[in-house]
Amino acid sequence: MQLEKFTYDNKLSKLFAFATIFWGVTGMLIGLIAALQLAFPIVNLSDFFPYAAFGRLRPVHTNAVIFAFVGNGFFTAVYYSLPRLLKTSMWSEKLGKFHFWGWQLIIVAAAITLMMGFTQAKEYAELEWPIDIAIAVVWVAFGINMLGTILNRRERHLYVAIWFYLGSWVTVAMLHIVNSMAMPVNLFKSYSMYAGVQDALVQWWYGHNAVAFFLTTPYLGLMYYFLPKAAERPVYSYRLSIVHFWSLIFLYIWAGPHHLLYTSIPEWAQSLGTVFSIMLLLPSWGGMLNGLFTLRGAWDKVRETPLLKFFVVGVTSYGMATFEGPMLSLKNVNAISHYSDWTVAHVHIGALGWNGFMTFGMLYWLIPKLYNAKIYSQRLVNTHFWIGTLGIILYAIPLYVGAFRSYFMMKSFTPEGQLEYQFMDIVSAVLPYYVMRALGGGLYLAGFGLMVYNMYKTCKSGEFVEKEEAEAAPLAPNYQAPKNSFWHSVIERKPILLLVLSLIVVSIGGMVEIIPTYLVKSNIPTIASVKPYTPLELQGRDIYIREGCYNCHSQQVRPFRYEVARYGEYSKAGESVYDHPYQWGSKRTGPDLARIGGKYPDSWHFYHMLKPSDVVEKSIMPPYPHLFTDDVNIATTRSKIHAMRKVGVPYEKGYEATANDDLIDQAKKIVKSLKSADIEISESKEIIALIAYLQRLGTDIKAETAQNK
Amino acid sequence: MKLAHYLSNIEGVSIYPIISLLIFVIFFVIVTLRVFRMSDQSVKHIERLPLDDE
Ligand code: HEC
Repeated sequence: MQLEKFTYDNKLSKLFAFATIFWGVTGMLIGLIAALQLAFPIVNLSDFFPYAAFGRLRPVHTNAVIFAFVGNGFFTAVYYSLPRLLKTSMWSEKLGKFHFWGWQLIIVAAAITLMMGFTQAKEYAELEWPIDIAIAVVWVAFGINMLGTILNRRERHLYVAIWFYLGSWVTVAMLHIVNSMAMPVNLFKSYSMYAGVQDALVQWWYGHNAVAFFLTTPYLGLMYYFLPKAAERPVYSYRLSIVHFWSLIFLYIWAGPHHLLYTSIPEWAQSLGTVFSIMLLLPSWGGMLNGLFTLRGAWDKVRETPLLKFFVVGVTSYGMATFEGPMLSLKNVNAISHYSDWTVAHVHIGALGWNGFMTFGMLYWLIPKLYNAKIYSQRLVNTHFWIGTLGIILYAIPLYVGAFRSYFMMKSFTPEGQLEYQFMDIVSAVLPYYVMRALGGGLYLAGFGLMVYNMYKTCKSGEFVEKEEAEAAPLAPNYQAPKNSFWHSVIERKPILLLVLSLIVVSIGGMVEIIPTYLVKSNIPTIASVKPYTPLELQGRDIYIREGCYNCHSQQVRPFRYEVARYGEYSKAGESVYDHPYQWGSKRTGPDLARIGGKYPDSWHFYHMLKPSDVVEKSIMPPYPHLFTDDVNIATTRSKIHAMRKVGVPYEKGYEATANDDLIDQAKKIVKSLKSADIEISESKEIIALIAYLQRLGTDIKAETAQNK
Repeated sequence: MKLAHYLSNIEGVSIYPIISLLIFVIFFVIVTLRVFRMSDQSVKHIERLPLDDE
C-alpha cells in the first residue's frame, strides 16, 4: 500500500509542557504559603487585605495543582502521544489552540475569583457557574479533538494509553456536569441543586473520582506511554494493562462514600464505599507492578538515567497511596484519619510522588526531545530527584505523626470522665509538625526550581523542532478482523464503542449511588423543628462560604463518645436538609461547628472573629477585620430567597418582598445584645450576619430535645 | 414516593453492595478470560506501538 506523508506538530505539546511547569511552580508556591499560614497565622496578612487568608488560598492551591499543573501535564501527554500512537496529526490545530488558551484563561479566572471569595464551597469544584460552563465547553473541544484524531488514524489498534485518555475524558465530563448543578443567584453566586446528605454524596462521588479520573487514570495513560519510551522496552504485560483499565474504572466510581464514613449518610452507602475501596487495591497494584516490572532487567539503566528514577518513585508512590487509600476506607482506621492531617499526608504522597514525579519524568524525557538537545545537566536531574524525594518524606512523616498525636489527645478522658485536652492544646501540639511539613514542601519546590533552570539551559542549547515528518500506510477500508481475533480487539478498534462502554461502566456505579439520594428527601427522617435559615442567617452563611471557613471547620459530629463530649449530640441526616451546599467539611484544623450555636454569647464571637488569638491564646485561626467594616449586601436577599425556593427550600410564596424586614429586625436584636456587652457596631455590618448564622448552627435539634423533655 | 420508601425502609437496601459486587465480579471474570485468550501476535503488535512511533 502507498505510504502517506504527514507531520507531527510539536507546538501544542510544547505549550502545554511549559504551562505545566509554570502552574506547577505557582500552585506549589501557593501551597507553601498556605502551609506557612497554618504554622504562622501572621502570613494570612488579614490586616492588609481579605483575599489571601487560608480559607480562600487553600482552594486556589488545590485547584491550581489539580487542574493547572496535573491538567496541563495530562494534555502535554495527550498532544504528544496520541498522534504518534495513531500515526496521524492531531485532528485540528485550531481546536487545540482553543483548548490551550481556553484552559489557561479558566485557570487565571479561577485564581482571581477564588481569591475574591466567589465559590460554590464544594471541594475541588469551588468554581462558580460561569467558569463551570467554560470548563465544560473547553473540555468538549478537547474531546472532539481527540476523537477526530482517533477517527483519522492510520493504526487500527488503540494502545492502552488511549483507553485511559478516553475513559478519563468521558468520566470527568460526567462528574463535572452532575456535581456542578446549581441555581444561579447572580453572575458570581449560585446555590447547589442538592442539599445536605444528597449534596455530600454527590460531592464525594465527584471529589473521589476527580482524584481517580483527573489525577490517576490520565497519568496511568501517561505512564503506559512514557515509561516504555524512556526505558526503551514494551510494557511488562499488555494483557494486565487491559484488566487494569477496566477493573480500575469500574471500581473507582463506587468508592466515593468512603469520604463520609460515620457521617449521617445511609449505612448502605458507607458499606458500598468501603467494600469497593478495598477491592481497588487489586487493580491499582496490578498497574503499579506492571509499571515497575517494565523495568525488569534494566535496573542498571535506571542507575545511569536519572529520569527513570522519577518514574520508579512516581509509580512506587502510586502503589503506596493506593495501598493507604483502601486502609483509610476501613471504618476503624477512618475513625482516626478522617478530619485529620493523615488525609493531607495521603493526598500529598499521591500529588507530589505520583503526579509530580511522573510529570518530571515525562518532561525530562520530552523537553530535550522537543528541542533536539541533550539534558543540560544529568547531575542536576539527580539532585532534583534526591531533594524531591526527601521533600516528600519530610512533608508526609510529620503529618502522620501529628495526626496520631492529635487523635490520642482528642479521645483522651480524665478518670473523672472529662475530656483531658482543650482543642487549642491539641492545635499547639501539632504546630511543630506543621512547621516541618512546610519545610518538606519548600524542599520539594526547591527541587522543582532546579528543574526549571535545567530545562531552561537545555532549551537554550537546542532548537525547537516544530514539526516532525512521518509516513504510514492508511487504514485499509474494508478491514476484516483475523479469524482468531475476539471481541476485545473489536472494542479496541472501535473508539466510539470504547467510549460508550466506558461511560456505561462508570455510570452504573454513579447511578446506584446517586439515584437513591434523589429519593433521600423522602427517606431522611425529617425533623419537625428543623427550619430554613432566616434571611440574616442566610447572608451570614454566604459569608461563611465566601471566607472558606469549611477549609478548617467541619459541621458534622460523628457518633463517638469523644466527639459527642467535645462538640455535642452527633449530627443527624435531617438537620442539613436545607443546606445548599452542605458544609460538613473534611478537615478539622479548628473545632467542629455543627453545634456552635448558643455555646458562646454574641460578644465572644465578635471579639473572636476580630482577632482569634486575643480570645483564645495562640489560636491559629486568621482574623477577619473586614467583616467589621463591610456592609452586608442586602440587595441580594431577594434573589437569594428566590433561588433557595427554586432548589426546594420551603420559604413562603412572596417572602422575598418582606425578607429584608426580618433581616433588619434580627440584626437589631444582635446589635442590642452586643451593646449589653459594651460593643458599639452598626447593624449593617457583615459580622452581625455571621454571628446570626453561627448562633443558629445546631440549635434546631436542641429546641426539639427541649420540647420533648 | 413508593420506591423511595422501599429503598429506605427495607432492610434489603444492604443488598446494594452485594449486587454491585456481583456485577463487578462477573464483569471482571469476562474481561480477564477474554484478555488471556487474546492472540500473542496482536499483543506483540500493540505493545510495541509506543516504541515504533517515530
Ligand atoms: C486556618 C484555619 C481556620 C479557618 C480558615 C477558620 N478557623 Fe475558626 N478556628 C480555627 C481554630 C484553630 C480554632 C480553635 C482556636 C480558637 O478558638 O480560636 C477555631 C475556632 C473557631 C470557633 C470557636 C469554636 C469553639 O467551639 O470554640 C469559631 C466559632 C470559629 N472558629 C469560626 C470560624 C469562622 C466563622 C471562620 C470563617 C470566617 C473560621 N472559623 C475560619 C481555625 C480556623
